[in-house]
Amino acid sequence: MSVLKMTASTLAIAAISATAATARENVQIAGSSTVLPYASIVAEAFGDNTDFPTPVVESGGSSAGLKRFCEGVGENTIDIANSSRPIRDSDIELCLENGVTDIIEVRIGYDGIVFASQIDGPAYTAFEPADIFNALGATVLVDGEVVANPHTQWADFNADLPADDIVAFIPGTKHGTREVFEDKVLLVGCEETGAMAAMMESGMSEDDAEDACIEVRGNGITVDIDGDYTETLARIEANPNGVGVFGLAFYENNTDSLKVATMGGVEPTTETIAAGDYPVSRPLFFFIKQAHIGVIPGVKEFAQFFIADEIAGPDGPLAQYGLVSDPELAATQATVETEETLDVN
Amino acid sequence: MTDTSKFTSLKVQDPRTKKRNAAEKRFRAYGIVAIAIGGLFLAALTFTIVKSGLPAFTQYVMKLEVTLSQEQFDDAESQLLKTAVYRDIFIDNFSEQLDANGVDVEYDAAALERLLGKVGGDIRTHYRENPDDIGQPTTFQLQLSSRVEGYFRGRVTRDTLVDSRFLEKADLDIVDVLRDAGLMTGRFNWAFLTGKDSGVDNPGGAGIGASVIGSFFMMLVVLFLSLPIGVAASIYLEEFAPKNRFTDLVEVNISNLAAVPSIVFGILGLSVFIQFMHLPQSAPLVGGLVLTLMTLPTIIISTRASLKSVPPSIRDAALGIGASKMQSVTHHVLPLAMPGILTGTIIGLAQALGETAPLLLIGMVGFVAREYPDGVASGFLDPNSAMPAQIYTWAARADVGFYEKAWGGIIVLLVFLLLMNAIAIFLRKKFERRW
Repeated sequence: MSVLKMTASTLAIAAISATAATARENVQIAGSSTVLPYASIVAEAFGDNTDFPTPVVESGGSSAGLKRFCEGVGENTIDIANSSRPIRDSDIELCLENGVTDIIEVRIGYDGIVFASQIDGPAYTAFEPADIFNALGATVLVDGEVVANPHTQWADFNADLPADDIVAFIPGTKHGTREVFEDKVLLVGCEETGAMAAMMESGMSEDDAEDACIEVRGNGITVDIDGDYTETLARIEANPNGVGVFGLAFYENNTDSLKVATMGGVEPTTETIAAGDYPVSRPLFFFIKQAHIGVIPGVKEFAQFFIADEIAGPDGPLAQYGLVSDPELAATQATVETEETLDVN
Repeated sequence: MTDTSKFTSLKVQDPRTKKRNAAEKRFRAYGIVAIAIGGLFLAALTFTIVKSGLPAFTQYVMKLEVTLSQEQFDDAESQLLKTAVYRDIFIDNFSEQLDANGVDVEYDAAALERLLGKVGGDIRTHYRENPDDIGQPTTFQLQLSSRVEGYFRGRVTRDTLVDSRFLEKADLDIVDVLRDAGLMTGRFNWAFLTGKDSGVDNPGGAGIGASVIGSFFMMLVVLFLSLPIGVAASIYLEEFAPKNRFTDLVEVNISNLAAVPSIVFGILGLSVFIQFMHLPQSAPLVGGLVLTLMTLPTIIISTRASLKSVPPSIRDAALGIGASKMQSVTHHVLPLAMPGILTGTIIGLAQALGETAPLLLIGMVGFVAREYPDGVASGFLDPNSAMPAQIYTWAARADVGFYEKAWGGIIVLLVFLLLMNAIAIFLRKKFERRW
């Protein structure tokens, strides 16, 4: 009987407290797994340095985060979405449909994307976008003809590269990183090798040619990694010939097992990325739901804390971890201060 | 007439008997080999887990005595990033510390920053909780950075160390001197057992404690919901329900539910408990509800099995002396079936304890386990993680220090699972009845 009583009372307590405690006190964040490390650093520091509770930061990818962000306004929706890409029109449409009309865009800095391989593996030390395209593109230009990629070794198309089998571990399509890899490496390589021009000459429209350029071979030569960089690292460690795509911060944390390749002759460092010399980088963002400012305690304070000079500046903990700080941080600080929203119409 | 040539001596095995005996021996050998292979896997697994996980239970610290003045405290508290200011005060104090200990070593502030972990938070917490220590010399044991810890553990050596902004080879010389002077030592890492999750740049500060509490509250929900519901459902199905198409359908579906992948329950939890019922995200209450759904079929199936194993003669005897159906169940059948029910429940709970997939969808995976709940309601409703979710989160982080923490977390999780299974075995042995 006592078991029954206890059960009944526990249920009652749970039910009462569930209705009483719906007022959320912590900031809720979700989105890009690239931004997650930075957001968690800031969230910890925010909890340590202010009297607000530590925000909850979830992962899941930029697109998934923005989708949850656009689900509506209210305590059951997230306050901030992290994203490794700018917000798209389709995201904004979804937001508008659900009444999320005022969105503040905050750019926190830049992230470099690097090509790295086993430290004792073949000498993959210098790549050009054309090399990556010739190795991984589904169709490439050989002797003036557009053909299905025949290359099996890096040395097949560039004698300076090692005569080792081509294997590459690239981010899966749900990652924002994939888009940057396609736009800034494959597409550039496609144009440089003349493959794109040849495709268009053969009667393809520009859009079709671009789509053909960013198509990868698959078939075990390119492997999509849908998980985190730790998965890519594990695959590289198991495969000496493998080349993997990583974020700069992840590479810098694992320099004892990875070596990085230059791109276009430039070594990826926070300095070369900040200066714009290293070609493969992208801005990182988070988006704030303005309707939640003043309703959920700490939303604006967290955003201000995040982009303060002490945190996101060149000497702050984020730069320490691998974020390339934004030279225009002051403008972003002003945006948050005045709660300037995106023009969504 | 009998053909005597068919009969041979009993003492000499004929070819067919030999064959049968040999087959029997082989059959036993297969079994032994199977057990040996299983044992080998178990040994390899245990060895790997213990070897990789033990480092998480030790911690390397730097002893440092500091006197913080009231002005320094006020100044630090007026800054935005207070924790960094506290850390810098300590680094500035370091040379006095060396003089006091008679240690002579070349260093610069940047090197010290690389050696120390994220200690600002601990220092600030100490002074805010013990304001009397301001102005008094206070000894701190400050966490070292994960790479220096790796050096102490042999994971990082001068040969494998690649100069980076996280640690340079020259820094290890400073470490050697300080270690020999007794300023850097190892100790048991209580913070790992009692601590909370930390940011990705602070592997040394990460602990599993908060997520253990999260798991605990989830298990409370699972226990107090799935046990009564499961037992009531099984008693009705087993003792009272008429045998017809409908109850057959219910039975088949319970078995089907037990085989549904757990992520499906996560999706259900997201759409029903969070989006429809508006329960809070990342809350152990919702996690518990989702895991209840997952555990119910297990409990119902094992409860029904143990009700079935109570001999019908017990029921008949009870009914025969005039007990009602309900009295025969509550006075006789249920108490006899109790050990089986409890065992099934504990096994179900243990299964739920190790489950990550459904928690992914209700927001319990990520940077969540940051606060200890400050009461029962807060324990159910405030964002928290669970042990397996915490381990999953750590394993995905870039710093190798977190990888060790993940293995350490696995040890803690396994200890809890072993404990629960031990309780199940104990209950079974203590209350088991044989007929």
